[in-house]
Amino acid sequence: MNEQQQTLLDFMRQQSDKLLSQTLEHIGLTFISLLIAVIIGLPLGIIIARKKQLSGTVLGIAGVLQTIPSIALLGFMIPVLGIGPKPAIVALLLYALLPIIRNTYTGITGVDAVVKEAAVAMGMSKWQVLKQVELPLAMPVILAGIRTATVINVGVATLASYIAAGGLGEFIFGGISLNNTNMILAGAIPAALLAIIFDFLLSLVQKLNLKKVKTGAYALPVVTLLLASFYFIPSAYGGKLTAGFTPEFMGRQDGNLGLREKYGLKIHTIVINDAVMYKAAYEQELDVISGYSTDGRLKAYNLVVLEDDKHIFPPYYAAPIVSEAALTKFPELEKTLNLLAGTITDSIMTELNYRTDYLHQTPERVAKDFLESKHLYKPARNGKAGIIRIGSKIFGEQYILANIYAMLIKGYTDYDVSTKTGLGGTKICFDALTNNQIDFYPEYTGTGLLAILQAPAETVNKIISDKESTYNYVKAEFNRRYSIKWLTPIGFNNAYALMMRQKQARELNVKTISELKNHLDSNK
Amino acid sequence: MIKADNLSKHFGAVKAVDNVSFEVAEGETMVLLGTSGCGKTTTLKMLNRLIEPSEGSISINGKNIKSQEPEELRRGIGYVLQNNGLFPHYTVAENIAIVPKLLKWNKAKTQKRTTELLEKLHLSSQYLSAYPNELSGGQQQRVGLARALVADAPVLLMDEPFGALDNVTRTKIHAEFKALDELKRKTIIMVTHDVQEAFTLGDRVTIMDKGRIVQQGTPQQLLFSPANSFVSDFLKEQRLQLELRTIKLVNLWNKLTDTGRKTHTDLLSAEEDMWTAMESFKFTRHDNINIINQDSREIKSVSFEDLMGAYNQYKKQPRHE
Ligand SMILES: Nc1ncnc2c1ncn2[C@@H]1O[C@H](COP(=O)(O)OP(=O)(O)OP(=O)(O)O)[C@@H](O)[C@H]1O
Ligand SMILES: [Mg+2]
Repeated sequence: MNEQQQTLLDFMRQQSDKLLSQTLEHIGLTFISLLIAVIIGLPLGIIIARKKQLSGTVLGIAGVLQTIPSIALLGFMIPVLGIGPKPAIVALLLYALLPIIRNTYTGITGVDAVVKEAAVAMGMSKWQVLKQVELPLAMPVILAGIRTATVINVGVATLASYIAAGGLGEFIFGGISLNNTNMILAGAIPAALLAIIFDFLLSLVQKLNLKKVKTGAYALPVVTLLLASFYFIPSAYGGKLTAGFTPEFMGRQDGNLGLREKYGLKIHTIVINDAVMYKAAYEQELDVISGYSTDGRLKAYNLVVLEDDKHIFPPYYAAPIVSEAALTKFPELEKTLNLLAGTITDSIMTELNYRTDYLHQTPERVAKDFLESKHLYKPARNGKAGIIRIGSKIFGEQYILANIYAMLIKGYTDYDVSTKTGLGGTKICFDALTNNQIDFYPEYTGTGLLAILQAPAETVNKIISDKESTYNYVKAEFNRRYSIKWLTPIGFNNAYALMMRQKQARELNVKTISELKNHLDSNK
Repeated sequence: MIKADNLSKHFGAVKAVDNVSFEVAEGETMVLLGTSGCGKTTTLKMLNRLIEPSEGSISINGKNIKSQEPEELRRGIGYVLQNNGLFPHYTVAENIAIVPKLLKWNKAKTQKRTTELLEKLHLSSQYLSAYPNELSGGQQQRVGLARALVADAPVLLMDEPFGALDNVTRTKIHAEFKALDELKRKTIIMVTHDVQEAFTLGDRVTIMDKGRIVQQGTPQQLLFSPANSFVSDFLKEQRLQLELRTIKLVNLWNKLTDTGRKTHTDLLSAEEDMWTAMESFKFTRHDNINIINQDSREIKSVSFEDLMGAYNQYKKQPRHE
């Protein structure tokens, strides 16, 4: 199946279940946080309108909160509130606070002093003045603030998917990591529509004539509460186990789609950012996660990989891919890079990753220790026979490999190296290689097959379960299409994997994905 | 009865009101008159505790106003604001019903009272569902007045209630105002800087300057026995008209000569002032007007020359009281 050739409508129709639940989650997130922001912001605005000496401080703090970049704010929330809706709602409500407090303050202080005095002179109590005069007269301004907050919230709520709180961000960020435009649009268009629709509806409420505002003021919280409750509807289903998958995994045929199709796996799933996923599994917030089989955190958090007994995860054997031009220009290169061939097994790679990701050792040190243990290390010759440009994607394993290759080249040849680490994802790295900005980088067979070549479905199905056929196919195709050569694989297979906590897997007696499915089905 | 004792109000260094004392008898209309910024509004607001005095005390019907919750006190005092202060988000009916609602009147009672008041104030009931911004300035003032009168509080405070009106409308409203039976029973303190208005509506007038009271008295006392040059200067510009308005025909009764030629015109009450008498010559085709003294039931037929002669004699009299 080739997702690029689907139309947007096909995609939306096919994913309509998810689209609906994400939209409802999105609305829910927006309005729960909005509701709480109103519950906090309105009284706060009233208080500072009464005690003006407090207004500077309160508005200042709310203003500072507003300037914290959204991703950073979500990041701050994780250590305090963990993952899921709670931190997302708190972050959103902090953003919504400023416009609500400020407009309440402006609205109430803007009420004609003569009218307020008249109210007092008629014998109204402070509370009656507030309820019958100040709030109704300030209502259009307050509503304008709520309107601003709503639009901000619809936007920021897309980021909630980073911390497993759902919403349309799942499609948007899944689409970005999968380079799937349809998926991005399936998230972005409804998000934009929500912003426009809510803005429009609130503008209508705002324009209602003064008399109806009185009724409107009561109707609004009810409607908000109703919309907020959407968030709880999607989370009402699901079995006993919870899975946390990255946005990328969610949208891939060799990810969640395959799990559902080939295994029939139905599990309550939340979407979560890779950075917090393993920790969440360790802390029992998640039971099943989608990870990489050589990830260091596997070791750090006592997780175990479930066997992919139906072979839906393609082999991801790592090998350096080098442009033919570089091989010609640097005759020593291929021989040197192949020194590493077959030396790193899955467990060695996991160990190396564990040392960088979890023990926070530098990739240089890890690389050097490894080479020394294999008696491959040689001190740098400091040769000047030309500079080889090494690329790497933006995660630990690639940093380690880039460092190992740099040391090998410096020790075994007279070439010098420049490393361009952190080239984002696959697309950026690969484009750098084809545009002659780097000479080589470590790539994975599965990525080559599915993400770069985007091989037709029949071909994929035919070769995917066999690592040799996959390697041979990508090697031939890369050579033909891009004049890029796949060197000998390094040894390990950094494939997608489902993992669970060791202890839980043992208790439930689950070793393979099929067993996981059986367990889930029998515990409905 | 309202009694203010040595009232002062200081805003920082500004002595807005400086040691002011006055009494207003039940059913009396007392007018606070003075130039802008002399402390009239401040004095008035201390009476319903919108402003707490720095010094001094106020009692209403012998009861210190501080012995009551301010909200309760205010519900018993009608207040007309300088700038009417109608609620822009309330209809005319709702504006008028504010105090009844606070007093928890039932709907029927409020409605009946509202209709009655609108009639007395010559406001068509079609405006009941209108919002204040749909009314003219004069109509707004009437609604403001209705709002202050609706609960029939015995005390009424009015801060330049007709300030926003043109002269013609104001004169018309003054006449209506004087004729309103609703007001005759009330103890009223009214603020104005308009001398004409003060003399037309006030039983007694208190002239203020820079926070202090300069003189208190009836219009006649102020006009004919000014306490100092501030008072006479204050009244100078409109002196002639004020005099004509202040002197009543009964004051001249003994000096008027009856020509004996009764014409077929309406009878003019001797309670009317000189101004009105002179105006009535404009509308008659005869040389004489007929004046009736309510007390003695005596009728005199007077020519314009006689009237003016009597008036000049009256003015030349040595000042009494
Ligand atoms: N809240 C306040 N703070 C400070 N000064 C005030 C305040 N209210 C009134 N004043 C001052 O007190 C003085 C008297 O004000 P007040 O409003 O009583 O005058 P007024 O006689 O009603 O004038 P006007 O005819 O213009 O309404 C003025 O000098 C005014 O500036
Ligand atoms: Mg004033």
